[in-house]
Amino acid sequence: MKNPIAERIADFLKHYPPFSSLQYTELVAIAEHIKVVYLEKNQILFKIGDPTHDSFYVVASGAIGLSVISDAEETLIDKCDEGDILGLRPFFAKNNYLMTAKSREDSIVYAIPIETFRPYVAGNTHVLSFLLESFASNTRNPYDKDNRGKLISENIIFNEQSATDIQYFQPIKYTKNPITASTHDVIRHIAQTMASRQIGSVIIQENQMPIGIVTDFELTSKIATGQFSIDTTAEKIMTTPVVTVPEDISIAEAQMMMLKHNVGYLCVTRDGTEKGIITGIISEHDVVAAQANNPGVLLKQAKRANRSKELKVVRDKLTDLIQNSIDKNIPISHITSVASEINNAISRRAIELGIEKTGTPPVRFAWFSLGSQGRREQLLMTDINNSLVFEDVPAEKYDEVKNYFLQLSERVLETFEKIGFEKSPQGSNSNNELWCKSLTDWIKQYNTWINTPGEKGIHLSTIFFDYDFVYGDPFIEKALTDEIFASANNNHLFYAFLGTDAIKKPAPLGFFRQFLLEQDEEHKDTFDIKSRAITPLVDAARVFAISRDIRGITNTYQRYKKLADLEPQNADLYLECAEAFHTLHWFRTEEGLKTDSGGQYINLEELTKVDKVKLKNCFQPINDIQDLIKNRFQLTYFT
Amino acid sequence: MLDWLTGKGDPDFWKKYSESFDKADANAPVRYIVFDCEKTGQDWKEDHILSIGCVGVENDAIKVGDFFEVFIADHKEKHENEAVEKLFKVNTDAIPETEAMIKFIGFIKNATLVGHSTNLDIEMINQALKRMNLGKLKNEAIDINVMHQRLKNLSEDQYHTLDQLCDIYKVKKNSRSTASGDAYSSALVFLKLRKKLKMK
Repeated sequence: MKNPIAERIADFLKHYPPFSSLQYTELVAIAEHIKVVYLEKNQILFKIGDPTHDSFYVVASGAIGLSVISDAEETLIDKCDEGDILGLRPFFAKNNYLMTAKSREDSIVYAIPIETFRPYVAGNTHVLSFLLESFASNTRNPYDKDNRGKLISENIIFNEQSATDIQYFQPIKYTKNPITASTHDVIRHIAQTMASRQIGSVIIQENQMPIGIVTDFELTSKIATGQFSIDTTAEKIMTTPVVTVPEDISIAEAQMMMLKHNVGYLCVTRDGTEKGIITGIISEHDVVAAQANNPGVLLKQAKRANRSKELKVVRDKLTDLIQNSIDKNIPISHITSVASEINNAISRRAIELGIEKTGTPPVRFAWFSLGSQGRREQLLMTDINNSLVFEDVPAEKYDEVKNYFLQLSERVLETFEKIGFEKSPQGSNSNNELWCKSLTDWIKQYNTWINTPGEKGIHLSTIFFDYDFVYGDPFIEKALTDEIFASANNNHLFYAFLGTDAIKKPAPLGFFRQFLLEQDEEHKDTFDIKSRAITPLVDAARVFAISRDIRGITNTYQRYKKLADLEPQNADLYLECAEAFHTLHWFRTEEGLKTDSGGQYINLEELTKVDKVKLKNCFQPINDIQDLIKNRFQLTYFT
Repeated sequence: MLDWLTGKGDPDFWKKYSESFDKADANAPVRYIVFDCEKTGQDWKEDHILSIGCVGVENDAIKVGDFFEVFIADHKEKHENEAVEKLFKVNTDAIPETEAMIKFIGFIKNATLVGHSTNLDIEMINQALKRMNLGKLKNEAIDINVMHQRLKNLSEDQYHTLDQLCDIYKVKKNSRSTASGDAYSSALVFLKLRKKLKMK
């Protein structure tokens, strides 16, 4: 008897290694022994310490997270998606699982009995080498070149250590070919070098061998105190001997050496002794930076990136960091402020790289982020909006200057796209000649929006009122902001139009307090959290902030906080809105990370009762703030 | 004449089937058989079964190997429906209804039957058994449609097709509808519903 179900599973498996190396008939034979298991969200497939199962698993749909326990906390180290294999451990070892596999959403996995599969491993060299390579390279799929060595599968031999500990025993990255000076060099010059190179130490060498070190500490304690003159030579104040270490030292060892000798710098020599040739220097900063994906490191990496690909790596790591932070229930305000700093660093570096290629800018300019990035709220890889303002130039030079900036913007946006950001579908980017112009033209533009707001024009322009200065000359930002708030001041017509825009989407509750769901085919029965809940709050915050002359704060949460300070009579409502915004943002981010999308549509079926109540509680503030808008700006005259 | 009532004149396979209920081991995990029938129509008196597909579920997992599918040969009647005709011609391994029922009974044994609108399917199987002078199916039966109604507190007349249930519970469907394919989809919906209803 044919088994169409087994054939259907074989059809699925044949797309993924190592099954792709097997014959179709073999796959069908294997599939007949498979068990199909359904896992609810957050259901555990196997736990650290569990005896190994008699099957390994292939994810058929959904996603399974692999985590280890470190410092009594669960740390997510890998996520298995469709076609990924997990739980291979019983192939190689008889002892217990070293990781926990837990479904991150509703998932279906195929359980393939080890005994069924073993003959194929022995009989097929491709399959065998795939499994061995997975084991050795610590990746789930060694054929995936991009991820080589990046992922840690559950097969790794951990010695009961956690992920952070592994990183500890990896070789440390340090500055190679450090700056050195000789014993006769004058301290003034050494200090000048340290300042210009932005370094904290200089190794004093003789015949390329380290004999001492001058650091910030020596300069403050011996020169600044007046104990020695600034014109003495290095040998008078240098600390000697220097602590030296060999080249392939691990992070943990480096840290131990520093603590043991109570120093902040280690000198790396070729053979690890004082008599070796200097090859590098390790600072305390390097040790901190080497530990995990900490935000400081990402910032540093972003600043030092030389290619768009390196920036992409930083952005991908940021996604991991956000995911881990969400998993650990870190408050979303912390996550957003960290993420926006890193996002800004990425943007800044992308612009710098663009300038390197395009040539020095002819005049001063400023680059602004708009929309969600401008509000410092962007956690997901959604589309980006930006604008460019350059200094006023004489009319005859205008075209030339504008061309330069359009070219520059084009380059920068290319980089953004390579990093994974989408361009604005409305073309609200600075490579659009409408949004790349001189300060005077921009002021005119804003004046048009503010003084003659047509219904159609205003919708497009609201994101331009959430701008964040990213790069260039701050004076331009100040000039622009002053001008905008001067013309917006007490301009009731303008407020009214912003207000009308903000209350377009009413609070998303139906008559019986049920959710209002989407009706169109594609997103049927999902809840559009972005346009029905988040955007109304963002819009409301904007109109109040502008009408209260709140400058320099674009973040929705902070706008509400500030408003609460300014208007104690409405403080409760504003604070409720601030909280609601955070909760909604959290839901959206989680959904976006899970489905690798903008997180706009939430499937209510997948939410727990508690989550649904949490979500619903956010709607009352939306309703109340919209009432406040109607009263404050007397919208009844307009609508 | 009343032999089938006392069970004396029953064929061996039916005796074995009946015995499997008496000998049931209370400690063994419950074996569910998720099944689906392709029929000539929805009338349990006039129409008959074209094919049956089954797959086993045990301990919250579908056992792909615990599988049964049978195609039933024509009753000599002419089919008006062209699509039905087509379905028939493809299946050269179709067997007579009697033989199919013997195999089916031999496969399901005392398992709990699970399906989508099981009442009609079971009634049609019972009709087939009646034609063989046998009694009715003794198996317990669970309807996933009823499970869904219970989960959502819906009234009994709120009926969902299998396709609709698949959409609600995000089960990917096979493009062509066969008894075994629908049985597999029903099995996935069943697993999800079981979890959500916290059935043991």
